[in-house]
Parts: sequence; C-alpha cells; structure tokens
Amino acid sequence: MSAAPAYVAKDYKSDVKPVWCPGCGDFSVLAAFGKAFAELGLAPERVAVISGIGCSSRIPAYTRTYGFHGVHGRALALATGLKLARPELTVVAAGGDGDGFSIGGNHFLHACRRNVDLTYVVMDNRVYGMTKGQPSPTTEPDWDSALSPGGTGLRPFNPLVIALASGANFVARAFSGDPNACAAMIVAAIRHPGFSFVEILSPCVTFRPDQRGWKEQVRQAPVAATGDPARAARRLMTDDGFNLGVLYQGDRLPYRPPPGEGARPADLEAEFAA
Amino acid sequence: MARHSISLALTGSGGAGVMTAGNMLLDAAAASGCHGLMTRSAGPQIRGGEAAALLRLADFPIDSHDDRLDLAIAVDWENVQRFAAELALDKQSAIVADPAAGEMPAAIAAKGARLLAVPLKQIAKSCNGRPNMVALGVAMAALGLDEGFGLKAIDKTLEGRDAKTIEASYAAFRAGLAAGAALDLDCRLARGQTSHPSHRWVSSGNHAAGLGAIRGGIRFVAAYPITPASEVLEWLAPALRRVGGTLVQAEDELASINMAIGASFGGVPALTATSGPGLSLMLESIGLAVASETPVVVIDVMRGGPSTGIPTKSEQADLAIAIHGLHGDAPHLVVAPLSVADCLFTTQWAVHLAESTQAPAIVLSDQFLGQARAVFERPADIAFAGGRRIETAPGAGYARYALTADGVSPMTLPGTPGGQYTADGLEHDARGTPSSRADDHTAQMAKRARKLDGFDYGRHWAEIDGEGEIAVLSWGSTAGAVREAVARARAQGLHVRLITPRLLLPIQPARMAAALEGVRRVLVVEQSEGAQFHRYLRAHYDLPKSVEVMARTGALPFRPGEILGRIAAGGAS
Repeated sequence: MSAAPAYVAKDYKSDVKPVWCPGCGDFSVLAAFGKAFAELGLAPERVAVISGIGCSSRIPAYTRTYGFHGVHGRALALATGLKLARPELTVVAAGGDGDGFSIGGNHFLHACRRNVDLTYVVMDNRVYGMTKGQPSPTTEPDWDSALSPGGTGLRPFNPLVIALASGANFVARAFSGDPNACAAMIVAAIRHPGFSFVEILSPCVTFRPDQRGWKEQVRQAPVAATGDPARAARRLMTDDGFNLGVLYQGDRLPYRPPPGEGARPADLEAEFAA
Repeated sequence: MARHSISLALTGSGGAGVMTAGNMLLDAAAASGCHGLMTRSAGPQIRGGEAAALLRLADFPIDSHDDRLDLAIAVDWENVQRFAAELALDKQSAIVADPAAGEMPAAIAAKGARLLAVPLKQIAKSCNGRPNMVALGVAMAALGLDEGFGLKAIDKTLEGRDAKTIEASYAAFRAGLAAGAALDLDCRLARGQTSHPSHRWVSSGNHAAGLGAIRGGIRFVAAYPITPASEVLEWLAPALRRVGGTLVQAEDELASINMAIGASFGGVPALTATSGPGLSLMLESIGLAVASETPVVVIDVMRGGPSTGIPTKSEQADLAIAIHGLHGDAPHLVVAPLSVADCLFTTQWAVHLAESTQAPAIVLSDQFLGQARAVFERPADIAFAGGRRIETAPGAGYARYALTADGVSPMTLPGTPGGQYTADGLEHDARGTPSSRADDHTAQMAKRARKLDGFDYGRHWAEIDGEGEIAVLSWGSTAGAVREAVARARAQGLHVRLITPRLLLPIQPARMAAALEGVRRVLVVEQSEGAQFHRYLRAHYDLPKSVEVMARTGALPFRPGEILGRIAAGGAS
C-alpha cells in the first residue's frame, strides 16, 4: 500500500474568486496547476507563479503558492530574476497570447534562448479578453472586431515554432478541455530541465464563442516527442495548431550563473588603492 | 614657483593613447600624494575621432575642474577643433606640440597660448615606444613628479604584457622626462599638506557606485548596456561573482528592471543601472515596485537629452522624470551623489533606504561623476541599522500589506511556509488580494506614502555648510564646482552658505526650512536648460524672495570662477 500523497490539488487553490467568465478555459488550467503541483509533491511555499496582465495572468492570486502579478508583458523577466536569485524554487510563468507574444514578445525569444530552468504556460485564446475582444498575434487574419473591422489580414504568429527556433528546451501543446492531460503536460514541463514552453488552447467563450468547437478539432499528435530540432520544426510548421502532446524535448543544459568565489566585499577594495 | 593646483589636457586622435597616458598620470600623481581629477572628452566614434584627457592635480581635495588650463600636450591635432571649446587655454597657458603634427589649428592658435615644440613622434620612434608615453614623461617633468611613480603607473596599466612592450614604454617615458626637463616650462605642484596616500583611492564614480552597491548588500544585478552607465555593470560583473552574487545581461531595460524586481521578491537585494533612455523604458515597472512594495535600486547615470541626446556628455536633466515620471501617485526615493567619491556612499545608502522602506530608489548620477576618475580618501564602510523587515514565522492571519503604524509591513520570502502571497501591481487589500474598493485604495496609498515620509533620513539628506545670508543651492556633479566657488568666496570674506541635497524624494520641507533659516538670497546652480532643479525647489520649498538661477545645458561643466562671479556680483549689490 502506498503512502498518502503529501499534497492534493486543493492545497494549491486560494479562496480568491476568479474574475473569469463562466465557461472560461482558464478554470481548467487553474485546476491543472493544482493537480500538477500535487503530482510533483511540491510544497506550496516552494512554488512561485509569475504573470503579467490579462485574463489568464490573474492566475497567481488564485493559487496558494507565492505569486507575482506584474505589468503587461514582463512575466518572463520577473520569473527569470526570481529563478536566478532563488534557484531552489519551482518557478512557473503564466499568461495569455497577447501578454506573451505581443507586448512580451522579446522576452519570450530571450527566455527561450537563455534556457533558465523555468516553465512557461501560455493560455492561448487568440484574443485580448480583458480589454473586451481585440485581435492578438495568434488571431486568425479574418476575425472581425471593432478594432480591426474585417480582420487584421495578418498571418498568425506561430509560438511553438518561434520557441523552438529561439532555443526552448521543451515545447508542448495541451487543451484546457482535458485538465488531466494539461496537468500531465505541466508535470513533464516542470520536470524537464531548462526552459519549458506549454501552449494550452484555452477557449474564450465570451469573445470567441467559435472556440467552443476546439474540442472537436484537437487531437493527440500522431507521433511521439522528438529531440531533433529539424524534425520538430517540420512537424510544427506543418501542423494545423491542434496537435496535442510533447512536440519537442531537447537536451541543452539549463543556464545557471557561475558559483561565487567566497570573497568578502572588503576584498574588492584592493584595486581602488592609489 | 610651486602652485596648489595645475590643470592640463592631453589631446590626440582616438587611438593615440591619450586616455591611457592621462590615467597613468593621475595614478602617478595620486601615488605621490596629490589629489586629482580626470575627465575624458571623446566624440561618439567607436574608434578614432577626437579625444582629450582633462586633468587637474592639486594639493587639496577637488571635485571640479579649474577655470583654465595651465598646459596642453598635443600628441596630434586631428579633429582638435571639435572640442576646442573644452580647452580653456589663454595667454598664460603653454602648449607642447609635435612640429611633425603640422600647424596648430586656428581655433587653438587664437587662444594665444605659448607654444613649445617637442618632437614626440621622433623621440618615441628612437626608443620603439609610443608618443603618448613620451607625453606622459613631459607632463611628469613639468609637474615635478618623481620618475618612480610614473614607472609604477606604467607597470599597473601594462600588467601581463610582454617585457618588450613594457621596456619600450619605460624608455619612451624616460625620454619624455628628459625632453620635459629641458623645456622652459614650470608647472610644479606644491605638496605637503596632503594626508598619507596609502589611505587614498583612485576611482571613477561608476566603479565606486558598484562597490557601494555591494557594500549595501546588492547581490543581483540585471544589466543592459548603455553609455555612460556600462562601467557600473562591467565592474559589477566580476565583482559580484567574487562575492557570490549574480549579474545577468538582459534583453532590454524592460527586462532588466523586471529581473531585478523578481530577484528582490525572492529576497536578494537587486539593482540595475542605466541612463535616460533606459530609465524612460523602466518607469512602468518602477511603478510596479512601488505598488508591490518590492525594494529595488536603479542607477541613472544621466547624459545629455532628450531622446538619444549626447551619450558621452553630462547633464542634470533627468531630475523631472525621476521625480514625476511614474504614473499614478507613486511614492518612491530619489537620491543623488555629490561627488565622484560620494557615488559609493550614496549608492550604498540608496540600497539601505530601498530595503528598509520596501520601495524603489533611483540614484541620479551623471556622466561627469560616473566617468571621471578622482583621488579621494577611502570612504568609510558604514553599517546602517535596519534593512528589510522580513517575516520568517508568519502566523495564520499573516497579511503581506498589513496597515502598520510606520507603513512598513514585514514581508515573507518565497520558501517560507504559511507566508504565501501574491505581489501585485493591482491595488490590493492588506492580504494582497486585488481590490478596486475605495477604502482599500485609500488605506494602501496612505501606507505607501507614510513609510517614506515617516522614515528618518538623518543628516545624510544633504551636505550643508557655512552660515550667511547668501545660500548657493545645487545638486549632483555641479555641487563640486559650487563647493570650490563657495570656498573662494569665503576666502574673499563673503559669508556664503552651501546647501546641496542628497535626498531629492521624498521632499524634506522641515529640514530645508531649517537649512534656509536666515537666508535672504539664493543662487541656484544646475545643468538643465529647463531649470528643473529650480522648479523642483519652487514647487516644494519656501525660498526667500531673492532667487537667481544659473541653469544651462550640459556638455560643458560649470567652472568655479563663473559661479564665484555670480555670488560676488549679488553680494556687492
């Protein structure tokens, strides 16, 4: 008989009521966070959930871990600073597609490239929800909205390809409609050393009711994860955005600052002497 | 006749090595017991272009250049007209130049200085050395500095280079000494009243700020390169590694400020350094540090603005953005060092203030302070009482933003069981839960203001000196020239008061009122076309009726003589 688990999912849930709309995919992602942390047996105080601005970026306050709800687009920078300063913590950055790929796009590239041991979960609903329905970098070109009547006419950003090309060590896609699979993906991402990127398709039922159809469109990727970036690139460039699973798993060593040399501040003074 | 202060310039095209020679001269003078200051004038060229090392050596502590140059040594004349305005030569000055470099440019010749010919290039060639080392020798001979100090300075700079290079430098330096001794040129420096040079340091303000940060406890730095702040970061990179800290190069300033905030949230005191353009980018996140009550220090080494401005020249025109740049009512700290040496103390103090009040602190240094190298007494290692209030054993009702009497709430660090909270840029209640309620907003706003307004900043808030009905108010690097002007005015029998605040935010009305007690006339001196410091004083403090303002753009530093002129002119009226 195995021992009772140290933690259960509800140990990670706070008593703050989410601002999300009924039916929002982000509720499932919040549940998946709890399940994943419990599965990993992480003490809530050893986890930090870091976010920027947007509907999904509200997630830290809904967890019972440490959290930081920062400014728009800078979650990965906050998370990088925290992880480098406190490498023993489990640091998870979370947010939406506008926060991560538009205003935070540069940090996304460099977080992938820097490969600090972080997990980044993007709840992608292809819309700015908090500001009531504007197109994001992942929005389809013909999606009509007040801000871009008739659609943007722009090709959507492919975050998984960008992550791979920028050096992310783990690239996966999940669907919020299956919280257990999301949790499993988050567990795998946290376990994998280096920068892990998980895109979770998380429908916005308010501004993108068409996304209710995603549950029929998603499918398990027909092939297993690869460690070959060229093969992964081909797979990601040719899929339709609905293949789920771990799509790339690399073996780059995570970035860690070099160890200190044990000097005292006074030891630095010699070079100043006249 | 030996003099108490000698000013000289070493000029040459970029790559001629005049900065190297200037630094060696400053090192040699410092080792021999002199005080000194060296600034660099360089164009925007990465390599090549024009360059001048501007030095002042004295037998008393100095923080500013003098009114004029005694000597200029020109290794060549290339592009010298671009900084002719910075070479305060006159009929009493001497110019040493190589006849092989061609005719003296008209802009220099017009100043009427006496020309002395020394074949620097030919002398250098004869001993396989470089003309800049010959120039170093000429300067040392003119100043009456001993050969041994020059050789030691060469050793220090060329440490690790091959014996042939070092020998050639020695030879060129000695040949320069001989050539200088043969000249009809007397720039001997008086000595004697100096303290023992072993207590002296030679450093730039940027390096001093780095050490101040480490003394203050900074162990995490996020860095994005920018002129003229990069030396703070480049000095800290290996230094932090030695003491067990971390420096990470960020992808931009938006990232560097947020990385620093993230590290500080984790309990590691954190800093970033930048200049005006970078500060502009960081402002939103400095506001995040205010709202989330996360200590962080931002050094702004100011340069000419607006926009990209003049990266290599000093200006004091980021005062307004540092004080007013954050959106919302966002109480924070702004401090400014008052000399090259003070970059160390003020940065260390800023860390202490930020950590103690859980607020962001902006340190307004500038290009002059940051990139000048100066000789100064080793700043004492001050242990400030206080620091970050950390809750290590939070009880069941722990509230991160509890409304305490002094406004500072003990913070838990990630890893502490039972202390979990979410730091937030959204307004929140005492527990940190986002709130749009008016009562929470009012209470938290008052708390954030209270913790800064109620903090005891002590005597460090300003450097105040002297009595009298005339007061000169200044700040930052300009304080150096003002100090000297005030000293000269007193030597003329004028009673002049000096008031130079180090703490610019939060404002200190009671302390300023006490400092201005009995003052009838004020002279404000600052390097800002828009008179930002004057406007700041007007907005926050009661000034006497008679206020004069010397406010102008940066690029050219104030000279003590022109400030003295204004003090004396008003005093006579």
